[in-house]
Amino acid sequence: MPSVSESFRRKEGPEKLTGVAKYIDDYPLPGCIHGVTLRSSIARGVIKNIHFDPAFDWGPVTVVSAKDIPGQNYVYLIEVDQPLLAEHQIRHAEEPILVIGHPDRAKAYEALGHVHVEYDEWDPVLTMEESLDAKRLLYAADNVFKRIEIVKGDLDAGFALADFIVEEEYRVPHQEQAYIENNGMAAWEEDDGTLTIMGSMQCPFYVHKAMSPLFPREPDKIRVIQTTTGGGFGGKEEYPNMIAGHAALLALEAKRPVKIIYDRHEDMLATTKRHPARVRHRTGVRRDGTLVAQDIDVLMDGGAYVTLSPVVLSRGILHATGPYECPNVRVVGRVVATSTPPNGAFRGFGAPQTLFAAELQMEKIAARLQMDPVAIRRKNLLREGALTATGQMLRESVGASTVLEQVLARSRFADKKKKYARWNQSKRRPSWRGIGLAAVFHGDGFTGGGEVFLRSQARVALSPDGRIRVDAAATEIGQGTTSILAQIVADALEVPYDWVEVETPDTSKVPDSGPTVASRTCMIVGALLHRAAKKLKLALLNAGAHWPLGREAFERAAARACASRGELDFVEEFEKPGDIEWDDVSYRGDAYGVFSYAAMVVELEIDKLTYEITVKNVVTAQDVGKAINPLLVEGQIIGGTSQALGYALLENAIFDRGVMQNAQLTNYIIPTTLDTPPMDVTIVEKPYSKGPFGAKGVGELPMDVPAPAVAAAVYDATGLFLTELPILPEKLCQALHAQEN
Amino acid sequence: MPKKIELEVMINGQKQVYRGPAFKRLIDVLREDFALTGTKEGCGEGECGSCTVLLDGELVNSCLIPVCQAEGARVETIEALGTPTALDQLQTFFLTKGGAQCGICTPGMIMSAWVYVREGGGSDAASIREALAGNLCRCTGYQHIVESVIATVQASNRRTRKK
Repeated sequence: MPSVSESFRRKEGPEKLTGVAKYIDDYPLPGCIHGVTLRSSIARGVIKNIHFDPAFDWGPVTVVSAKDIPGQNYVYLIEVDQPLLAEHQIRHAEEPILVIGHPDRAKAYEALGHVHVEYDEWDPVLTMEESLDAKRLLYAADNVFKRIEIVKGDLDAGFALADFIVEEEYRVPHQEQAYIENNGMAAWEEDDGTLTIMGSMQCPFYVHKAMSPLFPREPDKIRVIQTTTGGGFGGKEEYPNMIAGHAALLALEAKRPVKIIYDRHEDMLATTKRHPARVRHRTGVRRDGTLVAQDIDVLMDGGAYVTLSPVVLSRGILHATGPYECPNVRVVGRVVATSTPPNGAFRGFGAPQTLFAAELQMEKIAARLQMDPVAIRRKNLLREGALTATGQMLRESVGASTVLEQVLARSRFADKKKKYARWNQSKRRPSWRGIGLAAVFHGDGFTGGGEVFLRSQARVALSPDGRIRVDAAATEIGQGTTSILAQIVADALEVPYDWVEVETPDTSKVPDSGPTVASRTCMIVGALLHRAAKKLKLALLNAGAHWPLGREAFERAAARACASRGELDFVEEFEKPGDIEWDDVSYRGDAYGVFSYAAMVVELEIDKLTYEITVKNVVTAQDVGKAINPLLVEGQIIGGTSQALGYALLENAIFDRGVMQNAQLTNYIIPTTLDTPPMDVTIVEKPYSKGPFGAKGVGELPMDVPAPAVAAAVYDATGLFLTELPILPEKLCQALHAQEN
Repeated sequence: MPKKIELEVMINGQKQVYRGPAFKRLIDVLREDFALTGTKEGCGEGECGSCTVLLDGELVNSCLIPVCQAEGARVETIEALGTPTALDQLQTFFLTKGGAQCGICTPGMIMSAWVYVREGGGSDAASIREALAGNLCRCTGYQHIVESVIATVQASNRRTRKK
């Protein structure tokens, strides 16, 4: 039976369902010490002195500082500006200064209270606007980490053709990934000098690369192993490098295994969040709704270090136009430095920020033109043959119109809009009701030349006893990597799903198939494995195998094919598709190999007394090319939607002097069962010629579309056009009172 | 030094003796003293429900219970249900309906759902959502979890009718 398109059971499911699956904190690590991190209490300044309370028993304690780093003191990513431990200068609150280890976890925490750091405190730069003023310099001569511009056509000529010009400013806040398993890492040195790191992570080879400059040794003397990972959402893309470095440094100093497990408070205070952004739109539009000019300014808050900000900005501006074709476009993007903890990867990676603005801007334009928000979208939506802002011609797999028409029909959008308008007319009703629409696109895989640069590899191996093994660095973080990769390989080999095993991502065992990010696992790694499995099948055919194969015949064929070689394996490496061209300097060309598309209709009700907003129903259609495992795809869509409903309505990270004030799940509110509506999900499959079985990406797509649909529904219900997330009851109350007065 | 105590507690049907600080959290006792690492910590303040266990049949957040409060009590954890090769019915439906993704909230979620099913909860989504509102999940958006519980309730109703 073919595996692809079947909702097979997730491979690692039984272990997770019984509590047997081992997350990093579930490993006892005999003889280990527990590491805790001393962090700065100020946002900006210099360390003057560090005092250790002499009354405390420091005997069993190991302390490491920047001075103990054998190599260079930076956490390798795009730039080398972020130290593993601050030595002199402090650039954000909660910046790590010391790592302290003790055999007893509680004692390690107690020790933290007996270290006193004296600072010379400087005025921090806390907002993007302050940073742009450049009165206090944090980075280079202007505080700008990265500026990127996209230009298409002639903006002035476009505005000259416009009957209307619509302007608005949109704002989106921090968002915490809030994976339920906090960050955690263990490290130790083996007798042969191998530095071994084990923990919760998305990208084992990122950790591997980050360890080399800190702890110089041969690459094969660094081994990184992913343990079962309790959610990532981007939050375990880059920060694990930091924790791994801390654990390794302490382990080398103490000559014992070290375990560092963050508690929720520390995880929320210190690790990365979604970049806050301000997006300004100025759109020229003809009376009939045709877009003629889009002038967009994107400003993001990068936090104190460069980390991944340039690429988050890149993805942000590449999605800033929304899924529409416009002949004249300028997008200017800047990400600036502030004295706050660095912001980083989070599902969507810049796109949810700019797509919120783009889609709400369409609502604003429709209102200004007194035009149906559906009609204006139909008029401008991307189609096959369309040219995006970077001049990319969309040759295939464009599901934008299909997803839009699906949600309109399934939600009975037009009827309900009328029905709710009638409901809202009566002043006696206890609530307002509204319905809102949004449509988005999402580029799959790394931007531009990113995939070419990564040169990912993946391997399929066959042992003489007929075991088929998938070797890839793609991590299972809940999304279903293990299962879908096995399904792809099973079908390429025409064998049952259960015959395929997937190796644990361990840098000493698997090739570097790139990071588990950017909705790339299925489309990129899956395609490499598909090719490798096809080659393996050919080798089996050459060894005389005949399909269909029973298990015994397969084992005989495997023994023959492997012959004297031991294992037979095929490694495939990513090759640049011939028809993809990208210029990173001019930002012209094929920004992504392909895009996925989604549309959503949200219905909600607002209590007139409490202003509480209840999402009653969600209807969505998402074009993913091919659903390798429909149940897992649905799981991604429903889960991502829920996370984005939190972004739209609940999640409110409050910062004061650069410190998150509600760094706990008690008052940073993420959706519960009661905050999450029933969802009607339609999977649309517009196949992509270079994806395995036509598959594109799905991981990030559902994060992009709910927030603007919610804001549109609030507008429909109340007439309030709220341009800033999250839309909290108190904000709604204030806005309504302001409107009345 | 915190005062050490000795107490008896029935864990998953087996009598166990605990020796240690009276106010050690039940979650730490289960994980560290009895190697029952199926119970997970997500927040340490009773918000996320990942550490949900049963104390004398009642759902509790084991991060908020000092072990002295469990003296002489019955504690049931995820390890009391099925094993990977012999899942119980609720776990089987979580597997086939997509109720678990990253798996970290799953043991706590299963404990809450287990009590709901055991106490004869109905197959309507609203009641199930109410019963699981104390367990946070960041992956699934809950729908597949609710469907897993519905399927379990329906299957056990069919069994009851047959009897």
